[in-house]
This record gives sequence, C-alpha cells and structure tokens, in this order.
Amino acid sequence: MDILYLPELGHFALILALVMASVQAIFPLAGSLTRQPLWLAYAQPAAWAQFVFLGISFLLLASSFLLDDFSVVYVANNSNSALPWFYKLSAVWGAHEGSLLLWLLLLAGWTFAVSLSKGLPADVLGRALSVLGFVSVGMLLFVILTSNPFDRYLPRIPTDGADLNPLLQDPGLAFHPPLLYMGYVGFAVTFAFALAALWSGKLDTAWARWSRPWTSVAWAFLTAGIALGSWWAYYELGWGGWWFWDPVENASLLPWLLGTALMHSLAVTEKRGLFKSWTLLLAIATFSTSLLGFFLVRSGVLNSVHAFANDPDRGLFLLLLLGLTIGLSLLIYALRVPNLKAKAAYSLLSRDVFLLANNVLLVVATLTVLLGTIYPLLMDALNQGKISVGPPYFNALFVPQMLLLGIFMGLGPLSDWKSMQWSKLKRKIWLAGLLSLLLGFAILPWIYDGSWSLAVALGLTLFLWIATTSIRDIWEASRGKKGWKGISRSRWGMMGGHLGAALIVLGVTMVSNYGEERDVRMAVGEPVSVKGYEFTLVSLGQRQGPNFTADTAVVEMRSDEGKLLKTFTPEKRLYQVRGMPMTQVSIDWGPLRDVYVAMGESLDDQAYAMRIHYKPFVRWIWWGGFIAAFSALLAVTDRRYRIRVPETAPAEAGTSRQQG
Amino acid sequence: MKRFLLFLPLIIFIILGVFLYKGLSLDPAARDSALLGKPLPEFTLPRLDNPELQVTRDDLLGEVFLLNIWGSWCPTCYEEHDDIQRLAAAGIPVIGLNYKDERDKAFTYLQEQGNPYQLNLFEPEGVRALAFDLGVYGAPETFLVDQEGIVRYHLAGEITPELVNQVILPEVEKWQDAY
Repeated sequence: MDILYLPELGHFALILALVMASVQAIFPLAGSLTRQPLWLAYAQPAAWAQFVFLGISFLLLASSFLLDDFSVVYVANNSNSALPWFYKLSAVWGAHEGSLLLWLLLLAGWTFAVSLSKGLPADVLGRALSVLGFVSVGMLLFVILTSNPFDRYLPRIPTDGADLNPLLQDPGLAFHPPLLYMGYVGFAVTFAFALAALWSGKLDTAWARWSRPWTSVAWAFLTAGIALGSWWAYYELGWGGWWFWDPVENASLLPWLLGTALMHSLAVTEKRGLFKSWTLLLAIATFSTSLLGFFLVRSGVLNSVHAFANDPDRGLFLLLLLGLTIGLSLLIYALRVPNLKAKAAYSLLSRDVFLLANNVLLVVATLTVLLGTIYPLLMDALNQGKISVGPPYFNALFVPQMLLLGIFMGLGPLSDWKSMQWSKLKRKIWLAGLLSLLLGFAILPWIYDGSWSLAVALGLTLFLWIATTSIRDIWEASRGKKGWKGISRSRWGMMGGHLGAALIVLGVTMVSNYGEERDVRMAVGEPVSVKGYEFTLVSLGQRQGPNFTADTAVVEMRSDEGKLLKTFTPEKRLYQVRGMPMTQVSIDWGPLRDVYVAMGESLDDQAYAMRIHYKPFVRWIWWGGFIAAFSALLAVTDRRYRIRVPETAPAEAGTSRQQG
Repeated sequence: MKRFLLFLPLIIFIILGVFLYKGLSLDPAARDSALLGKPLPEFTLPRLDNPELQVTRDDLLGEVFLLNIWGSWCPTCYEEHDDIQRLAAAGIPVIGLNYKDERDKAFTYLQEQGNPYQLNLFEPEGVRALAFDLGVYGAPETFLVDQEGIVRYHLAGEITPELVNQVILPEVEKWQDAY
C-alpha cells in the first residue's frame, strides 16, 4: 500500500469511529425505550470498535508527522523537516485539530475502560455507554465537519512546514495536554453515570459508589496536568510566574474546583445517602465546565496567550454542541431528579456539614473564576467596552475563599459523620490549632525573614493547620486494632491529598511574599549581587541547534565567601522558521529556593540584559500537586473498590443501604 | 424544595449561552477598528528583486491597491496564491510584502507559483518597518489602501474565492468610485 494514502485512511477510520459511536449511543437508548434488553448489549462492542478506529486514526496522523507529509495541512502548519522526531510526535496534539483527536481518543479510552468494568448492572452500563456515545458523536461530528486533521494541500504541496510553535518544543508539552485531557474527559464518565441514574430513576447510593473511583482518577490526571502546565509555564515562558489567571488556565481550574467539590460530595452521598440531588448536579456541572473551557479556548471569544487558531464557524458549531449537551442534561436533571427530603438527619457539628461548607466554598470559588474569566466578554456584549479584570480581581476574591476552605480542610477529617460533641472535636483539634497559631502565625515568619506580615502569617498558619490535622487523623487511624497496617488506602489517600494541598499553600505563601526578581545589566567579568549571591557573566557565545540559532551565556553564581555554587547556561533562541525568539532559562533548583537566570536583550558585544529570579519554596507548589494527584490514585486502589459484589460487601451494608 | 429551583441551573446556563453566542461575533482584540480609516504608516523598504531600490509610502499612492503580506514559509500563502492571481488578473494592483523571509526562498516561491505582484517589498526578520507598524502578526494578511493612502479594509488570514467575490472586489470598487 502506498504510504501516500495514509491520511485518507486516517480520515476513513475517523468516519468509522463516528459510525461506531452512533451505534453505541443510539442502540441502548432505543433498547431501553422499546424494552429490548439485547440492544443494550450493542453498546459494549461498539465502544471497543470506536476505540480501535480512533486509535488507528491517531496513529496514522502521527505517521504523517513522522514521514514529513507536508501535503497534510495540519502537518504543514505544525511541523518542519528540521524538527526533532519526538517533537514531531508531540506536535500531533500541538494545535487545534490534533488535540481534538487526542481528546476523542482519550474519551474512547475511558469508555473502553468503563465497558470492561465488572459489577455494574447491564442496564446501568448500557445507559452510561450510551451517554458517552452521544458525547463522542458530537465531538466526532465537530472534528469531521469543521476541523479535519487530514485535510490536504493539493495540488500545491509546500516544500516544508511552518514548524511547531517554539513554545511547545519542550518535554513538558509532550505530557501536559494528554494528562489534562485525561482529566477533562474522565469527568465525562461521572457525568454519564449521573445521567444514567437520572434516566433509570434508580437514584440509590450505588451510582455514587460506582462514580467515586472514576471521579478520583479523572481528578488525579487533571491535578497532575495542571501542575505540569504550571511548571512548564514557569521555566518555558521565562517570566518566572507559575500562575497567570489566563483564560486557558482558568478553563482548567473550573472543572478542577468543581471536581474537588464532587469528590467530597460523592463521599457524603455514598456514606450517608445525603445531598443526592446536589451531587448529581455537581457531576453534570463538572463535565459541563470541562466543555465550557473547551469552548472558551477554541472559539476565539477570549484573548489568551495560548488560544487556538480561531474560526467563527467552529465557534458556532461548538456552542451548539455545548448547548445541546449541557442544556439537555440540565433539563433532564430538572425533570427527573426526585424531590426528596433527606431522610437522614445530621447536626450542625458533623462531617456532613463541614463537607457541605467545602462544597459551597468550592462552588463560590468556581463562580468567582468563571465570572472573572468571561467578564471581558460580558462587558463587550453589553457594549461596555473592552476591559479585563486581571490578577488583582482573582487574588482579592479567590485567596480569602481558599483560606476559609483551608479551615474546613482541617476540621473535616477529624470530625464524625452525622453529629459529634463539641468537646470531642475540641479534644482532637486543640493541639493542631495551638501549634499552627503559635508556630505559623507568631514564630516562623520571624525566623525566616526577621519581620512579620499578615499574609505570610496567615499562609503559614493555614499550611501548618492542614498538615497537622492530617497527621493527627492518620495517627488516630493507626491506633486501631491492626495498627499502621490497618489503615485503609483511601484514608492514606485523603491524608496525602490534604498534605499536598498544605504544601501548595506553603509554596504559594513563600514565593508570593519573598520571591524577588531583578533585571540587571551584566557585562563580561563584572559581578552583580542579588539576594546575597554574586553573579558573574563569564562569557557570551552562539550555537546552532537543529531548528534554531541561540545566543548563549555562561553565568557563575558564588556565595559571599566566593565559593562557586552553580554555573548557569541560559540561552536566547531564535527559531528560524517562525522567526520567534524564545528564552531558555537556566535554573538552580532546591527544596528551599530556586535561582533562575533568563537572558533578555543584547546590550552590546560584551553585555546582556539579564533577569534573575529568587523563588523560595516554589517547587512545593508542584510537588504538592503531584502528591495530591498520586494520593487520589492511591485511594482508588482501596480494597473496597476491588470487591466486586457490592450487595454483600459487609463494610458498605451499614451505611449505604439505609437510603436504598 | 420547589421544583422551580431545579430549573435554576438550566436557566443560568441559558443566559450564559446567550452571552457566549453574542461573544462569537465580537472580536476580542478588535484589531481592525484600530487600523481602519487611518493612513498607511510611513516606511522605507527595499524591493525584493533589487535591494538597491528603496520604496516609500508615496511611491505606492495614487490608486486603490491591495497590500498582501506573504512569505515562502507560510503554507496558507500557497493556498491563497490562486486568488491573488485572479485579483491581479482583474486589474487590481497587488503590492506584496515579503515578510520574515529569505530572498532566495522568496525568489523560488515566485518562480514556482507565478508572480502576481506589481512589486514586492522586503521586510526580513529583525527589520521593524511597515509590517510592524501595521501590527501584522503573521502571514497572510491583506490590506486595502485607497488613493489617499487610507487603510479601508483588513483581512487577517486566507483570501478565499468567496471573499474575493463577496467582499474584496466590492470593497475595491467602492473605494475606486469614492473619489
């Protein structure tokens, strides 16, 4: 077979995937309407076939990249013969069309995993697969009709490609979008379970138990993806920031915040049978914000550093898709959700209420971020001019909300379900509270900096509060009959997740308050002093990369005593094809601080404008994120999820059945 | 709980959807309004075919013309080349601005694809002249300039046959008749 036809085969595979997705969507729906149980069973093989065809399509697009087939528009626009092979691979999802294909492939992968899960009743499985099928049909239509990655330039074939955006030529990009998309798309599974439950009308707590592990895995991927993206922005953009409140970042934060609320709310629903309608709504809303973010990034309604190429037709199509998916599911919700009065009682002082507070705060935070993100759009649509709100708005509102949330993060794990005595709660928290206040609020700021400020004191108190209460909780769990071995993985997961959050608080507090950034003129041989270190530019040079030329510099960092601590080799690259300059920063990293050197503009032959950053504790932000993500995965491996006969599982019987 | 409350999420979403729909027809950057009706910036640039010959703004004025920003590195420029040739064949002067390119590659491009341009300006990487002042951030982009040197129409992106027939030709005629 001639390799020239690979793109056509890929296109064909995409169409077959659409056919399979349609079968997967329609047969179970028709089967449940006409009471033909056999039709429900069509969903499973259709889901497998869809996954296979999308896989083929994706591999064929990847081979067009590796073969430098510039007759394919998408390849010509995002690759170049001089691009190293691994970036040719990651370029597959480097722009709009290919990243959509990745999104679809991952959705099909999740669907495949759901179709294999045992212990689900056949009708629930069929219905959930049908919902996932409908989501997939919509997106596949979008790709095939408006954003086909296999379109060709014929007959005029460009001699070479326009290259991958240099910003994206980095190992971080290879993993950032797949992780992020795994998260976005993973919430589709919870969404599907929620709609399947509404559809069947069987709103017992079983759907919460099925949904929990899927939600946690999706959340773990999304968390890791956001952390990786933040880290990538930090070293690749050369501005030394780790979060910019950019619309695209916000688009990832919205489902993350709601997903966090959902994880906690699912716990209440599963354990206590409470908040059922609320949890269902959250499950729908979480995936809806995933889709909303997808629309905001790709429709061109907002300005962003990493928006995709914009096309109004695509925007309209997407909006229609968004409206149908979200609108219909909210309509089904409004019509089908039972008007239940909660049967289980709970008192004001209980884990139930603390988790409710967590949910309220997270939802308010989501609305805050959403409003800030679309504010420019709202004002523009109301003819109020083109304005944006920027970081001051977000910091002023979001930070206090997170402070409050942190207080409840400490209380939640130490409290009992249903109700507890204040004296018991007090006994559990007084030590953690005292330690946090004494050390965090009063002592540590002085020790670190020799001065005190409210922001630092609050941040450190919160860090210690979350950390010490988590440790106290796990210590308490270890006093059971089996000791440390008796602690369940989901308990470890909860502690790890909260500890991760504590570390993020620590990192954010320190780097926001003590971080320093200096723009200096550096001439060869003349030392410059920043934050107690002495920086000397040793030499300037030039080098030729595979698809760029670079100005290079060698900068030495010495301590006060003149001891050589680190030799930096920052670069300023010019990617020839796109004519785009890029700063390649050089970082001396450590647990207590990063020192970060970036090249600015050339001043003359012997001097360069340099930017030197001092970033205390910045790494903990990402480590915290990865720890939290890992902990969520750990919780999913808990024994009780591996027991496949939920009806007879003794551990569950007492709590989840009472609402059945 | 009142049943009405359960419809609240749907209602909020519908309101949001209306705004998003309105947003689709708004340009977040609103770059065009900044350029239209303003005079073409002053510049001095060499010709592509002869580096010795400098062209200034005044050399171009006198009739309605199109200014097309292109480069041999830009795949979409190959795409729209036929349409530019059609515009040139219709008697509309098209001035090319070869942008962030190399001379050799640009010559090869014109030899292989044909040269519809009345003349080509050369603004390579690092030169901050006309394309920079026009706020060009990529190629292709096309500007319509009238007899007086005022920018009357701007297109960022590919010229398509539909655009030629429905927008560009009527715009050109409109401004040709304006004086």
